[in-house]
Amino acid sequence: MKYKRITVVCGHYGSGKTNVALNMAYEQRQRGEDVSIADLDIVNPYFRTKDSIDELNNRGIGLICSDYAGTNLDIPALPDEMYAITDNINKNYVLDIGGDDRGALALGRLAPQIIKENDYSMIAVINMYRPLTRDYKSTIEVLREIEYAGGISFTAVINNSNLGVQTTSEDVLASISYAQEVSNNMSIPIIATSVSEKLKNELDGKIDNLFLMKLQKSLINKEC
Amino acid sequence: MADKVLMKGNEAIAEAAIIAGCRHYFGYPITPQTEVAAYMAKKMPKIGGTFLQAESEIAAINMVYGVSSAGKRVMTSSSSPGISLKGEGLSYLAGADLPAFVVNVQRGGPGLGGIQPSQSDYFQSTRGGGHGDYRMIVYAPASVQEMASLTVKAFESADKYRMTAMILADGTMGQMMEPVDLASLKVNPAPEKLWATTGTGKKREHNIINSLYLKPEELEKVNFERYERYQTVEADEVMYEEYLMNDAEICVAAFGIAARVSKNAINEARARGIKVGMIRPITLWPFPKNVFKKAAEKAHTFISVELSMGQMIEDVKLSTECKANYLLCNRVGGMIPLPEQVLKCIENAAKGELK
Repeated sequence: MKYKRITVVCGHYGSGKTNVALNMAYEQRQRGEDVSIADLDIVNPYFRTKDSIDELNNRGIGLICSDYAGTNLDIPALPDEMYAITDNINKNYVLDIGGDDRGALALGRLAPQIIKENDYSMIAVINMYRPLTRDYKSTIEVLREIEYAGGISFTAVINNSNLGVQTTSEDVLASISYAQEVSNNMSIPIIATSVSEKLKNELDGKIDNLFLMKLQKSLINKEC
Repeated sequence: MADKVLMKGNEAIAEAAIIAGCRHYFGYPITPQTEVAAYMAKKMPKIGGTFLQAESEIAAINMVYGVSSAGKRVMTSSSSPGISLKGEGLSYLAGADLPAFVVNVQRGGPGLGGIQPSQSDYFQSTRGGGHGDYRMIVYAPASVQEMASLTVKAFESADKYRMTAMILADGTMGQMMEPVDLASLKVNPAPEKLWATTGTGKKREHNIINSLYLKPEELEKVNFERYERYQTVEADEVMYEEYLMNDAEICVAAFGIAARVSKNAINEARARGIKVGMIRPITLWPFPKNVFKKAAEKAHTFISVELSMGQMIEDVKLSTECKANYLLCNRVGGMIPLPEQVLKCIENAAKGELK
């Protein structure tokens, strides 16, 4: 995938934004880029990027997040370090924004600077297996609310349609036309279909722009 | 799997409630169940339903009382401290014999506690929670699919027995995401509610919904009648899952997330030659007493795996008439037992060590 200096990752609650953001930062780091991930989620106290802090540190990926992320203190705080995203123009950033329009409010603070510099992509992560984004119409409705709250228009779609660990290659293939409809109706390209690395062999050659997700965010119960 | 959707447990409850015909939701946000309210806020206006964020939990449960009086399927949801606030309303619902669906996605306590998962509201939900003699039917799901199917079941049994039916889930069940098959949910329509306050049309006497009985003879009578109904519930509504219990000499008792952890431990113990199985109560009230009693004919030790200081273990002891050995395997405060801890308990029990 080609990256701008700032990659903003937004989408419906539970569509897989954090996983996509983690892996976008990881891919840039593998290419030798100086990259940080910024967790600006003000909605969900669980399943935060900070849960993966060891994996990020080990790979040399920076992390900007609220001191309260992952502490069980359930308050919608943002880190002061977030201003580095627009101030430090020698570095790349991947922004992990909270779900829905409520989450995108946090982006609004940075939106004017990001648009002014004009070296960003605004990515819509979509998953047709989530109950409130089952078809292109309901998906676009959610994405428009996010644009309105966040103050930036989407520039691309990532199709992250999945059923969690039980996702099969058929599930992914069945989502292609859905992603195409979202793309056509919003007049923005599908830059990738993101899948777990274990589906690589089954999907190779069947989908354009396959994005293999090598990192999996930490879950609370890996055992069960 | 094209018919499946990927849902959080909390979302599965909300969607299943809508499928069950619930068009009225009243609540107040609290982690870790807020997604129930958030989902309802998005969906109810689109289907002609009511979503109302009340000024408090107490207001919300009394709104449930009102809608139920009018004969409609209605619900509220909260987490542990919020359910305590609803206690008075739960008692009034019972006293007025009103059907209602209440969800408790538990967090660690007591007090404000924390936002990580817990099962320490077992006593509160199976023994009342509010004042007076009453029972609630309490369901304990162990998967996101069960969060959906037991929601439908709860609406049906609430209507059938004119009781409150509760889903008692731990925070893990509320937050975890799993594929759900919503098309498999089959709903029985609500029965005709001749007692509801729907207007007389000048064709019948007024229906009165009330829990006030000033004559003790009358209050005693309605209590006796209510408990006759509860006996029917105990006879007909018990739900449980047995796992490898045929030859089990050690029986694990666990529900919700504790049951999932225990299953892994039991598989490992079986691989090591230990005859261990599990009874997973799906209804916590009525408790599967007879199943445990029968298990005690073969099992010498019962291990209660809980995210509490040992609450369900009392029902395990009562059901088996305290004739076996008992062991509590627990974590609390938002911690979850690991399979290794449960396996260690099973191995100790096999050696006759009760620790």
